[in-house]
Amino acid sequence: MTTDLTRRSAAEMASLLSTKEVSSVELTQAHLDRTDAVDGLVHSYLHVDHEGALAQARAVDERRAAGDDLHVLAGVPIAVKDILTTIGLPTTAGSRILEGWIPPYDATVVTRLREAGMPILGKTNLDEFAMGSSTEHSAYGPSRNPWDLERIPGGSGGGSSSVVASFQAPLAIGTDTGGSIRQPAALTGTVGTKPTYGGVSRYGLVALASSLDQAGPCARSVLDTALLHAVIAGHDPLDSTSIDAPVPAVVEAARRADVSGMIVGVIKQLTGEGYQAGVQTRFDEAVALLVDRGATVVEVDCPSFDYALATYYLILPSEASSNLAKFDAMRYGLRVPPAGVDAPSAEQVMAASRDAGFGDEVKRRIILGTYALSSGYYAAYYGQAQKVRRLIADDFARAFATADVLLSPTAPTTAFKLGEKLDDPMAMYRGDVATIPANLAGVPGMSLPSGLADEDGLPTGIQILAPATQDDRLYAVGAALEAALVAQWGAPLLTRAPELTEGELR
Amino acid sequence: MALTRDDVAHLASLARIDLSDAEQDKMLGELGVILDSVALVQQAPTQGVEPMSHPLPLTNVTRPDVRRPSLTSAQALSGAPAQEQQRFSVPRILDED
Amino acid sequence: MTTHATREPETLMGYDEVLAVFDPVMGLEVHVELGTATKMFCGCSTTFGGQPNTQTCPVCLGLPGALPVVNEIGVESAIRIGLALNCEIATWCRFARKNYFYPDMPKNFQTSQYDEPIAFEGYLDVDLDDGTTFRVLIERAHMEEDTGKSLHVGGATGRIQGADHSLVDYNRAGIPLIEIVTKPITGAGQRAPEVARAYVTALRDLLKALDVSDVKMEQGSMRADVNVSLRPLAAEGQDQDEVRLGTRTETKNVNSFRSVERAVRHEMMRHGAILSGGGSILQETRHWHEDTGLTTSGREKSDAEDYRYFPEPDLVPVAPSRELVEALRATLPEPPSDRRKRLQGDWGYSDLEMRDVQNAGVVELIEATIAAGGSPAGARKWWMAEPSRRANAQAQDVVSYAAEVGLTPARVAELEALVTGGRLNDQLARQVMDGVLDGEGSPTTVADARGLALVQDDGALEAAVDVVIAANAAVADKVREGKVAAAGALIGQVMKQMKGQADAAKAREMIMSKLGQG
Repeated sequence: MTTDLTRRSAAEMASLLSTKEVSSVELTQAHLDRTDAVDGLVHSYLHVDHEGALAQARAVDERRAAGDDLHVLAGVPIAVKDILTTIGLPTTAGSRILEGWIPPYDATVVTRLREAGMPILGKTNLDEFAMGSSTEHSAYGPSRNPWDLERIPGGSGGGSSSVVASFQAPLAIGTDTGGSIRQPAALTGTVGTKPTYGGVSRYGLVALASSLDQAGPCARSVLDTALLHAVIAGHDPLDSTSIDAPVPAVVEAARRADVSGMIVGVIKQLTGEGYQAGVQTRFDEAVALLVDRGATVVEVDCPSFDYALATYYLILPSEASSNLAKFDAMRYGLRVPPAGVDAPSAEQVMAASRDAGFGDEVKRRIILGTYALSSGYYAAYYGQAQKVRRLIADDFARAFATADVLLSPTAPTTAFKLGEKLDDPMAMYRGDVATIPANLAGVPGMSLPSGLADEDGLPTGIQILAPATQDDRLYAVGAALEAALVAQWGAPLLTRAPELTEGELR
Repeated sequence: MALTRDDVAHLASLARIDLSDAEQDKMLGELGVILDSVALVQQAPTQGVEPMSHPLPLTNVTRPDVRRPSLTSAQALSGAPAQEQQRFSVPRILDED
Repeated sequence: MTTHATREPETLMGYDEVLAVFDPVMGLEVHVELGTATKMFCGCSTTFGGQPNTQTCPVCLGLPGALPVVNEIGVESAIRIGLALNCEIATWCRFARKNYFYPDMPKNFQTSQYDEPIAFEGYLDVDLDDGTTFRVLIERAHMEEDTGKSLHVGGATGRIQGADHSLVDYNRAGIPLIEIVTKPITGAGQRAPEVARAYVTALRDLLKALDVSDVKMEQGSMRADVNVSLRPLAAEGQDQDEVRLGTRTETKNVNSFRSVERAVRHEMMRHGAILSGGGSILQETRHWHEDTGLTTSGREKSDAEDYRYFPEPDLVPVAPSRELVEALRATLPEPPSDRRKRLQGDWGYSDLEMRDVQNAGVVELIEATIAAGGSPAGARKWWMAEPSRRANAQAQDVVSYAAEVGLTPARVAELEALVTGGRLNDQLARQVMDGVLDGEGSPTTVADARGLALVQDDGALEAAVDVVIAANAAVADKVREGKVAAAGALIGQVMKQMKGQADAAKAREMIMSKLGQG
C-alpha cells in the first residue's frame, strides 16, 4: 500500500487527501519509508527531516479534520533543494563552507510551501552552490541516477531530479541558473520548469548568479509541475526583480493540453550536430507528434546562440565571484585558521577558510569571475558578454515573432557516467548549451521526457521555451506532448525505470 | 593574452582564497583553457549594442520607508563562529579602510 | 628622476611659505547618513545607539539568500539633495557593487553607485567670513550604504593597531548614505582651509534645511574626507589652470568643521615641506588625529585596489520621472544663505547679532516666536539668555533642550507680552523664565503662582519714595542740585523696598518730580 502511494502523481495524492482516503501522515510516512529504503543508493538527500515533515503532516490533517479551507496540494509532501533557506533545517548549498548552518529565516518559496500546508521531507543534494551539471561537485558526495546508479542524475539539481525519479517525493523544488532544473529532468525522465526570470521569488535562494537564477518546480508529470508552479510563483516585495503581475494560468494550460493552431519553432542552432543520435531521434519524433496534434512547425534561426556558452561562462562567474564573497568566516559558516600562522589576521582567516571551505569548481569560477571583472579586462570580458547577452535576447524576440514556442533537445546527451567529465570542465560546461540561452534572456523553459535513447536505453528530454511571462504556453504544449507520448508508450516513462533494491549498487 | 602564474596569485588574493602552489598551477592550466573558450564573445558583432545587465526591463522598484521586525540579536548571532558582548568576534583587522 | 616618495617630513613648511610657492587644490568627499526610518535596502530601524545587533535582518547581515529592496525615501532624499546642490538628476541610473573584503561589510561588497550617479554637475555657493561668496563645483552625489562598526579589543589603546581581535555590531550596516563629491577646488589660494570649512558648514546647513539628516559630525552622521594636493604657482603669463595637478592625499573621517580647516592647513604644510625638500608625495590615505592636529599615514593606494565594480543585478535601475523630480523640487526649502539674508533684513539684526543667533541654533525658534507675536529684539534677547545658557551647560542644543523643558516659542512671546504690557519688568521676567524652565508652567501661570507682578498701586510706590528720600538726604540733595545720575542709587533703594515689584521708570519719574527735576 505505501509503495503504491509513492507511485501516484501529486494530483492523485491531492485528490486522495481531499476525499480523506489517505492522511497526510500516511502519505508522508510512505515517502519517508521509501527514502529509508532507497536513498542509501541514490543519495538524493543531504538532510531528511522525519519529525518535522510528520509534524507538518499532522497539522494539515488536523486542519482538514476541522474543515479548514485548504490549498489543493495541502498535505502533499515535497523535497527542497538545499540552496533555499529553511528555518530550523540545515542549509549548506552543497558546500563545506556552510556545513551545519541553520538559517534564521525561510526563503519566500519555502514560506509559500508552508502556507500551502506541504510537509517538507528534507533538503536535496546539489553541486556546490549549484555550480555543475552532475552533482559530482557536491561537497557531500554525488547523487545517482535511478535509471543507472553508475550515472549522474544531472546537475546542479540532481538531488531534486533523482528524488522524484526514485519516488522518494512526488514534488521537489529546484533552481535553474543555466539548466539546473531542466537538464537533470531530461537525464532522469522527469519534468521540470524554469519559470520566467522574476516569476518566482529569489528571496532566500542562496545566490549563484543573481541575473540568471530562478527557482522552479520538479515533478513526474506536466500537470504536477504546473500545480507546484502555481504554489511558488507570484510577486514578492522582498525581491526587487520579482514580476508584479498575476501568475500565468499554468494549471489551466496543463489541463487544456492543447497545441492545435500553435506554431512551434525548432531552433536551428540547437539541433543536429553535437547531439547524441538517440536524443535527436526522440526529439524529431516528439516534434512530429506535435504536428499530429495540430501544431505547425517552423525552423527559427538564432545565430547569437553560438556565443551563449561563452557569454554564460563570463556572466555567471562574475556575478558568482561577488555573491560568494560573503562566505568569509566572519558571521557564519566555516572558520579555519591558516596553518602555521600565529595570531592570524581577519584577512588571513578569510583566505584560509575560503580555501578550505570551497571546492575546486567553486574556486575556479570565483577566480574566473574575479578576472572578468577586474580593471583592464572588464570591457573585453564581462562588458562584452553583456552585449552578447542582448544579442541573444534579441534573437529570442525575433524567433517569438514567428513562433509561439521554441523547441530543442534539453541536453545533447543522455546521462554520462560518474567521473567521466570531472577532469574536463569545458566538456562539462558544453552539456548546458541548449538550456543556457533561456537564462540569459530570462524566458521560461520546460523539460519533459521524450523517450529513451536507442543506443543506451537512458531517458532523453525535450525542451520547450516560451516568451517571458507566457509560462502557460509551456504547459499547454508540454501536456499535449506528454499525452501523445504516454499514449504511445502505454504508460509513463518512469514505469520503465529499474526497481531500486538495496545492495544494487555495484 | 595568456594568464600568468602571477595573475592567478593576484586574482586569488583579490578573491581572498589562499590557494596553495599546487592549486595555483592547476588553476593556471584550467583557466587558460576556459579563457580561450570564453574569449569567443569578442568575435560577436556587438557594435552599437547596449549591454544587458538585467533580463527584464523593470525600473523603480522601491519599498515604503516603513520598519519591519528585525531579527533578535540571538538569531543574528546564531551562526557566528565566535561572539562576545553580543557582537560578532572576528580576528584582528589589519587596517582601517 | 631622483625624487623619492616621502611620508613624514622633518618639519612642516610655514603656511605663508607654502603659498609663496604653491597653489593648493582640494577635493572634498562628504558622507551623510540619511534620517530615514529604515535602512537603504531593508526595513531595519536606523535609530542611533541601539543594543548591538538588534537592528539587523538577513539583508543587512548579508545572510545567504537575502535580497535588497531600495528605500523609496532614500531615493527621494538623494534627488532633493541633488536638486538643492543645483545638480542634474539622472533620468536612468543603476546601483553597482563595489567589491572588497572587510569584516564590517556583511556582503564584502558595498552597494553603491559607480559611473551612473543619481545627481551630477552641480554647485554650492559658500559664504566666507569676509562677506564674499565662493562657488564650489559639485561632481556628483550618489546613494550607497553604511558599514557595521568594529570595537577593537586587546592592545593598550582600543585602536585598531595592536588589537588582538575585534567585535562587530551591524546595526549601522545598511544605513543610507549619500556621498557628495566636489570637483577639484581651485583658486582658493590662502583661503583654502577656510573654504573647506565653509563648504562643509554650508553643506551641513543645507542638509539640515532639507531635513534629510540630523547631520551630526560628532555622531558620525556626517563625515568628511579631505583631499589636498599642491601644484607650483603658474609662471608669468601662464594660466594657473594650465599647471598640472600634484599628487593628492586623502585624509579620512575628519569629524568637525574646525578639523576640516586644520586638516587642510596641515596637509598643505606637510606637502609643502616634502615637495620643497625635493621629495614627492605618495598617493595614500591618511588618518586625522584630533588631539595632535596631525595626520598619519594609512593605507597606500596601490594597484591591488581593484573594486571590480559591476551593475548590481539584485536591484533594478532607478529612473525618476521628470514629474517626480519637479514635485521634489517644489519641496525644496529656501537656500540657507538667502534665507539668512532675508531674515536678517526683516529682523533688523546686525551682522554680529545674526551670526550669534545662527551659531546658537535659535533662528527657527526666533522665527516661530515672532510668528507667535514676539518682537525680533525680544525674541533674540530671551532665547539667547537663560535657555541658551542652560542648554549649553547641559551640552544640548537649544531646540532639544527647549522641547524637553516645555519652553515653546509661544511661551517666549507670552513672556515678552507680559513685559510690554507692563505686568513684569525685565528682572521679574527673568524670574518667570526660570520658573518656566523649571517646569512650573506657562509664564502667566508662573507669575501668578509666584506672585510676581509690578505693583500698580501708586500710593505704595509714593510712600516708598518718601521713605527713601528721607533716609538718604545727602543723595537727594545732590539730585536737587542737578546731579541727575545720583538718582540711580535712590531708584535702586526704592526697588529694594518694593521687593523688585515696581516699575523702575515710574519710580524714577516720581523721584525726579519730588526733587524738582521733573
